[in-house]
Amino acid sequence: MALLEVRGLKVHFHTETGVNQAVDDVSLTVEEGRTLGIVGESGCGKSVTALSIMRLVPDPPGRIIAGQILWNGRDVMKLPVHDLPEFRGREVAMIFQDPMTSLNPVFTIERLLCEVIRKRFRVGKAEARKRALEALNTVGIPDAESRLGNYPHELSGGMKQRILIAMALLCEPKLLIADEPTTALDVTIQKQILYLMKNLQQKNNMALMLITHDIGVIAETCDEVAVMYAGRIVERTDVYTLFSHNRHPYTRSLLTSIPKRGLGKEVPLPTIEGSVPSLFNPPKGCRFAPRCFRRQERCLLEDPQLLPVAENHVTACHFPLEDAV
Amino acid sequence: MTAPLLDVRNLVKRYPVRGGVFARKRGEVHAVEDVSFFIEKGETLGLVGESGCGKSTLGRAIIRLEDATSGSITFDGEDLLALPSRELFDRRRHLQMIFQDPYSSLNPRMTVGEIVREPLIIHRSGSRREQHEEVSALLEKVGMKAEMIDRYPHEFSGGQRQRIGIARALALKPSFIIADEPISALDVSVQAQVLNLMVSLQRELNLTYLFISHDLTVVEYISDRIAVMYLGRIVEIGPTHVIFNSPAHPYTRSLIDAAPVRDPRLRGIAEPIRGETPSPINPPPGCTFHPRCPFAIPRCREVVPPLESHETSGHRVACIRKDEIVGELKRPMAVSASD
Ligand SMILES: Nc1ncnc2c1ncn2[C@@H]1O[C@H](COP(=O)(O)OP(=O)(O)OP(=O)(O)O)[C@@H](O)[C@H]1O
Ligand SMILES: Nc1ncnc2c1ncn2[C@@H]1O[C@H](COP(=O)(O)OP(=O)(O)O)[C@@H](O)[C@H]1O
Ligand code: SF4
Ligand SMILES: [Mg+2]
Ligand SMILES: [Mg+2]
Repeated sequence: MALLEVRGLKVHFHTETGVNQAVDDVSLTVEEGRTLGIVGESGCGKSVTALSIMRLVPDPPGRIIAGQILWNGRDVMKLPVHDLPEFRGREVAMIFQDPMTSLNPVFTIERLLCEVIRKRFRVGKAEARKRALEALNTVGIPDAESRLGNYPHELSGGMKQRILIAMALLCEPKLLIADEPTTALDVTIQKQILYLMKNLQQKNNMALMLITHDIGVIAETCDEVAVMYAGRIVERTDVYTLFSHNRHPYTRSLLTSIPKRGLGKEVPLPTIEGSVPSLFNPPKGCRFAPRCFRRQERCLLEDPQLLPVAENHVTACHFPLEDAV
Repeated sequence: MTAPLLDVRNLVKRYPVRGGVFARKRGEVHAVEDVSFFIEKGETLGLVGESGCGKSTLGRAIIRLEDATSGSITFDGEDLLALPSRELFDRRRHLQMIFQDPYSSLNPRMTVGEIVREPLIIHRSGSRREQHEEVSALLEKVGMKAEMIDRYPHEFSGGQRQRIGIARALALKPSFIIADEPISALDVSVQAQVLNLMVSLQRELNLTYLFISHDLTVVEYISDRIAVMYLGRIVEIGPTHVIFNSPAHPYTRSLIDAAPVRDPRLRGIAEPIRGETPSPINPPPGCTFHPRCPFAIPRCREVVPPLESHETSGHRVACIRKDEIVGELKRPMAVSASD
């Protein structure tokens, strides 16, 4: 049994401008100790998928219309409200893109950490402080002792993200969902944070769901990958197959539109025409059809289903590519 | 040799830091420190570096959106910093800027046509009719349909808004364009469209670019030469292939290493460098990179390394060990990180 299984998830937002079909029929699994990457452009439904798993979709305006979320086989959507805090800390923890919004600005780092520790473990003040210090050391914060007295705004973005990781890991969750954890950071700091997360994952045998819009971050860190486009998963497979034998035209176009090493501007980049569609009125049939270089009549009429094209490889396309990259 | 189109010498820009009850000056942000470089006509110079290193400040100082603290900026043979304001206004039409955020840089209450035409009105360029014709031609040049002329920015996607920003920047037929992170805010799937557009416009109009970005992949693609900035200074500058294949500054190497790999089979080769960028208010003494540098020796904290020619490749590097470490920097660095 998978640690986490999402089946046919569908989430809508009812707003003044209409119904935003943010997530449409998303299915995925995360196995114990593994890393699943979710990659897609801004607005394609990555965060809403993650929030659904945590049961944090704001309702209203959000609504889970259909689907199941199974945690060790148990239906998360049927969890009684009083079990949620435990589920969210000990089973699944989540960190967000903007560390500032998730760190209470009026508390010191010591207080933020100690509160989590004392809620989870029945320990005294001194012991909590000791564990807080250990946690800061584990996530590589130099001079941890003096950092305990700092407020979040006194720390750099990278430091704040380290603190959030420390807080998330204090409860030893079995799955960490990291939603664009490094998007706001510089590349050298991004590298440090990804490195840190992978190390701690191994140490704690924790599963990781890493959400990003950067296909390079996927290449650096993930075992399995789900590619999302306009609210749907269009391709899902292991990371090596995704880069060498992708079958969906969107995945292929995305990878070829990024300049290759050593290539200069003498050669124009392959492009994807048009822009990402609105989810208030998504295209009929295949949502990528208006921009797709393989589009046929059928694509505009019929929804492609996510179907197997090889072992452990599914794609949602009526005409999947045959050749290797 | 003919003179370069742009020649920047010893440019310094500092901002006062005020605080306390009397708003006394408590220090200075060293945003741009002693920067010198040139750009040839028709060339693209890529400017890379991490957040806060001074890229935008340098760009703004060049087109005098901001006054430099000291130094000189020679454009097409004229010292821009010495020009009286009337003549500066006239010169400025040759230097234009494209901004990162196509959402906030376009006036939401103006139509596309008005936005593109505004610089023509300000500079009293042509009759009303000529201006209208020019606007249509500009929109066509950037791949927008003429019927979009009466619509408002919010009706367009990010990529289209950036095209509008480019059309506006081209209105006065500039020869030099500073593009400050022009594609960073765009969806990945439209970034290539805008890059291709910039390259073809450059060819067609013989434009010179200063292309600012924190994304090495993009900068490698578009640039003829690259300048790497760290804490207000250029630490290395040279032809693109030299910067990527034989960097001689340890910071350049660590930037290349930090960029995510493009193939999962290459993951995990380079390790992250330690530490974070220090504050530009109190930069470390000597080479400002020494606290993070795996090659630092005691002398690195004593002397500010000048930007000097490398003995083998000839490109300029600000590191006192540049000639001995270039061999080691050909490969990704595997040094222990702070954690
Ligand atoms: N108007 C200002 N007043 C005071 N300090 C400033 C001002 N503008 C910039 N700075 C400071 O100058 C330094 C350089 O900033 P700049 O915006 O040029 O960086 P950048 O390289 O463009 O960064 P980014 O990649 O984040 O755009 C920073 O420390 C910044 O905080
Ligand atoms: N609280 C909300 N109210 C209304 N619409 C929302 C809300 N949260 C997300 N959406 C919409 O749902 C879609 C998917 O959003 P999201 O999952 O945040 O995308 P991303 O892939 O960038 O994380 C977008 O169209 C977004 O505007
Ligand atoms: S279903 Fe058709 S339009 Fe959609 S990706 Fe496949 S070929 Fe393209
Ligand atoms: Mg998101
Ligand atoms: Mg900037």
